Amino acid sequence: MKKRLFKFHRRSFTYPYLVVGLFFVVVPLLLILFYAFTNRQEQFSLSNLWEITSSKLTYKILADSILLAILTSLICLLIAYPLALLLSNAKFNRSKTIVLIFVIPMWVNFLLRTYALRELLSLFGVGIGYKAVLIGMVYDFFPFMLLPLYTTISSLDKSHMEAGCDLGASPIQNFFRVILPLSVPGIVSGVIMTFMPALSTFAINDLLGDARLYLFGNWINDYYSELWNFAGALAFVMLVFVALLMLGMGRLNRTENKASAL
Amino acid sequence: MAKTNMATTTDNKRDTIIEVKNVTKVFDGVTVVDDMNLAIKRGEFVTLLGPSGCGKTTLLRMIAGFETPTDGQIYVERTNVTEVPPYKRSINTVFQKYALFPHLNVYKNVAFGLKLKRIVVDAVDKQGKPILDKEGKQAKKTIKLTKQQIDDKVKYGLKMVGLDGYGGRDVSSLSGGQQQRVAIARALVCEPKVLLLDEPLGALDLKMRKEMQVELMRMHKELGITFVYVTHDQEEALTMSDTIVVIRDGVIQQVGTPKKIYDEPKNQYVADFIGESNILSGTMVADFRVQVEDKILPCSDKGFEKNEKVDLVIRPEDIEILPIEKAEVTALQGVVQISVFKGTYYEMEIKVGGYEFTVQNTVEQKIGSTVALKIDPNNIHIMKKDRVINEYKSEVIDEGVVEICGGNFECDTAGFEIGQEVIASFDFLATTLVDHEDNGTIGGFVANSLYKGKYYQVQVYTDDDQDIFVDTPDEWDIGDRIGITIKKDAIKLRLPDPQKDTHTGHPAEEAQSAPSSDEGEVAKQATNQPQDALAVSEDEI
Amino acid sequence: MNKKKVSKIFAKAFIYLVIVLLYLPIMVMVVYSFTNSNTMTWNGFSFALYQRVFVDPGISSAIRNTLVIALVSSTLATVIGTLTAYGIGYMRRPFKKAVGAMGQITIVNSDVVTAVAFMLFFITIRSIGIPINDGYATLIIAHTVITIPYVVLSVSPKIRRLNPNLYEAGLDLGAGPLNTVFRVILPQLVSGMVSGFALAFTLSLDDFVITQFNKGTSVNTISTLIYASASKGLEPAFRALSTIIFVTILLALVAFNAIKYRRDKIKSKKH
Repeated sequence: MKKRLFKFHRRSFTYPYLVVGLFFVVVPLLLILFYAFTNRQEQFSLSNLWEITSSKLTYKILADSILLAILTSLICLLIAYPLALLLSNAKFNRSKTIVLIFVIPMWVNFLLRTYALRELLSLFGVGIGYKAVLIGMVYDFFPFMLLPLYTTISSLDKSHMEAGCDLGASPIQNFFRVILPLSVPGIVSGVIMTFMPALSTFAINDLLGDARLYLFGNWINDYYSELWNFAGALAFVMLVFVALLMLGMGRLNRTENKASAL
Repeated sequence: MAKTNMATTTDNKRDTIIEVKNVTKVFDGVTVVDDMNLAIKRGEFVTLLGPSGCGKTTLLRMIAGFETPTDGQIYVERTNVTEVPPYKRSINTVFQKYALFPHLNVYKNVAFGLKLKRIVVDAVDKQGKPILDKEGKQAKKTIKLTKQQIDDKVKYGLKMVGLDGYGGRDVSSLSGGQQQRVAIARALVCEPKVLLLDEPLGALDLKMRKEMQVELMRMHKELGITFVYVTHDQEEALTMSDTIVVIRDGVIQQVGTPKKIYDEPKNQYVADFIGESNILSGTMVADFRVQVEDKILPCSDKGFEKNEKVDLVIRPEDIEILPIEKAEVTALQGVVQISVFKGTYYEMEIKVGGYEFTVQNTVEQKIGSTVALKIDPNNIHIMKKDRVINEYKSEVIDEGVVEICGGNFECDTAGFEIGQEVIASFDFLATTLVDHEDNGTIGGFVANSLYKGKYYQVQVYTDDDQDIFVDTPDEWDIGDRIGITIKKDAIKLRLPDPQKDTHTGHPAEEAQSAPSSDEGEVAKQATNQPQDALAVSEDEI
Repeated sequence: MNKKKVSKIFAKAFIYLVIVLLYLPIMVMVVYSFTNSNTMTWNGFSFALYQRVFVDPGISSAIRNTLVIALVSSTLATVIGTLTAYGIGYMRRPFKKAVGAMGQITIVNSDVVTAVAFMLFFITIRSIGIPINDGYATLIIAHTVITIPYVVLSVSPKIRRLNPNLYEAGLDLGAGPLNTVFRVILPQLVSGMVSGFALAFTLSLDDFVITQFNKGTSVNTISTLIYASASKGLEPAFRALSTIIFVTILLALVAFNAIKYRRDKIKSKKH
């Protein structure tokens, strides 16, 4: 019998993505490394990274960006968590479609939304600046916090809560000892989904901020078109942050899962 | 190629349609099907029977073409189809979970295969005259079935399974039994040479299952297609099949008619799996004479060595109970321990010496009464013991220490040098099983446990890929991890016999076949290869 | 009034407050789209801004670009993503993990990093002589790549629910592997593919950073055009555009839910 060179198998269906991923996901990420560690003459160089890490300004920019991202996530969490709790309660969400109402704004272009917010804020007499940027971030990224929280909380096993009540926990104790630990995975993914874009955005700051606030995203945006190696180095720093955050959150999630399992 | 074979095969109606030759299938290093040979005759209803994970489904899937054997060939009508994909085989399958296409209604499901079917016909021109090819022979062409032909066949198929009028129904609106009927119709309308059925009734409730058994037997009779049926239900196999193939650990144990398998199980495994049975240890004192306890019973087997240890199989319904005064002195005598009414008969436990007999009889005996047991010589089935002693190639590693199956055991090594290769043997009784593997010298899994009337014979599969047999008064759960210890003075060492002991790690193993019964189409006999009995093949899950 | 009732009123008030806050900016946009004014001042009712949306060549070409890029990239992503979701279950473990990791990186990575990565990638392949211009080609590639994992995520649950023998049943009845996938498997995945496509489409529509970094000079999408014009004070016609987008989405959702509701009703009647 003739042996065919290529034997069709169902796993062959993933070959297109393997190729696409290799070329357009892996190689570009490697190129960030390459550009970050070379200079214009394509020679190995730490000058760009040194320039970034040695400058005091870098730390100010990073601190501002991180603080803003933390504040954004925190405010989103404080609003979204009770909301998700209420929405997952059948009393307030009979048709289950009410969640859709919170998602619809997401479908309007976020720059348009941000712009609309600017107009609204100006109607209320709030000018551009730090406050406006923070409100804008919360407004833009809020659905990213709400959705994972809602999915997690509404899929919680009701019997857990009933068991909690049954074992004599008051509603408040029940919340802190049962619901909150069990919803940690939702909190983690919600925080990641809001923190990450908040950390790297520049458009919101451009639309709602004033000259005093300069974020890490703005930095990249200002240099990407000319100083490729420098932009690569900045992206590399960002990438390190992303990786650290993922590792940290992943660990938190795992230990919390274990803790709640016990 | 198939054409030339047609001529040789059509005149013989009961010829071989499927032949499995030395087929082995290994999944991730686990041998699921081990060097199987099997011939299936045209028109037969063959059942592959065995517990889950024994490799029966894998064998079926290789016949269907869903899996390719790691080694060996499969022939359909003497054509090697080993590498032929399923869509090019004239074999159809009925799956356990139906696998109906949810987006198609009943009619379209049944028509699915027909729409893809191409038939070869004589080519004719517009006037209806035959077209000839370059060599002047009748030209052939491949055409699809017409709408009308498809319609006829679908209607016939649905009628066959008792679902006429259901064509427009959504498959999800049908009951499990109806869905399985659609699946059968869908396969049958393709007019396969062989219909494969993979536990088709496994997902149905008992009543529906009984109903479908009758239906399937009727269809088999009406259509005359070869059915290959996979099940783990021995009752189903005994009811429906012309031929049963008993499989265990990827090895065919016995092939035969239901009656033959039931009456003359080839080894204790088959005896235990098919129906209920009493399996006892005995000794052949002479031809037609077997000793159990202190009684010598007449039997119908011969050809064993004098005083050879054997296993006896006696079916519970084959034991007659006589009042003690009417029995001969030589008859077995025992005390009734338990009696349970089972609807049409009483099942009793009768203790004879150290053995507990299970007896089924329509007449109840009082608990505590002493009775005599009479067994017709023809109903005592004698089997060669698979192994009478554990024997392994070992090495003396220190004075008084020998390595067996990866563990260091204490024993008397006088007369042997350190580092010398020896054969270590020890009795089934000398071995002790302990709950925690740390408490044993070596660890292993319980691969099998068989009640032998008086004790359990446990087969332990060690981490060193060896089987150790242990006789123990306790029942051990199959699959458990346990530890093994061996009494110091029970281990006997001898020098390897270069002729007998060279090639195998377990030289004392013999084929489990009895010399008396032999089937013509029997495949390779069980050589009791060590198998990971716990490794359930993927497809069985 | 008892305590329970009070807390319920509070809860409802909270829900409605969040809804109002979310929609207020959009509503302000909608209201001010019906007046002809550059700033947010009411200048009498007028459709002038809507007219401008369709007349302004910059805006209409941005709309066209956005739609074309979104349509092409999400179609590609749906095809590749669906195939991947189906095939991934049959891969050997290391490959499976590799594909999973690539998807994960794409989803969690910050869009700025992804944008820079793509930019450096296109610069590099241009420097080694592969002619690829910033614009449609780069944007379609980038959008396809970033949306594939989302399609995989939407299709995978459907695949997990597939009967494991379905593919084999297709082969068994005489359909070849590809034929089986198209005739038997794909029809089971349609709903997952549709939601995957919708997700990919909206992600593409909404993307700004990756588009901004890779669009070149001649091509603008709605996002980049808004960003570009924002520095000069937003073009008021965008109010009209956002109203159009918002209403379209609202209508689409209502229609979608109405169809789903009717279908469910028909189904429940059948049983």
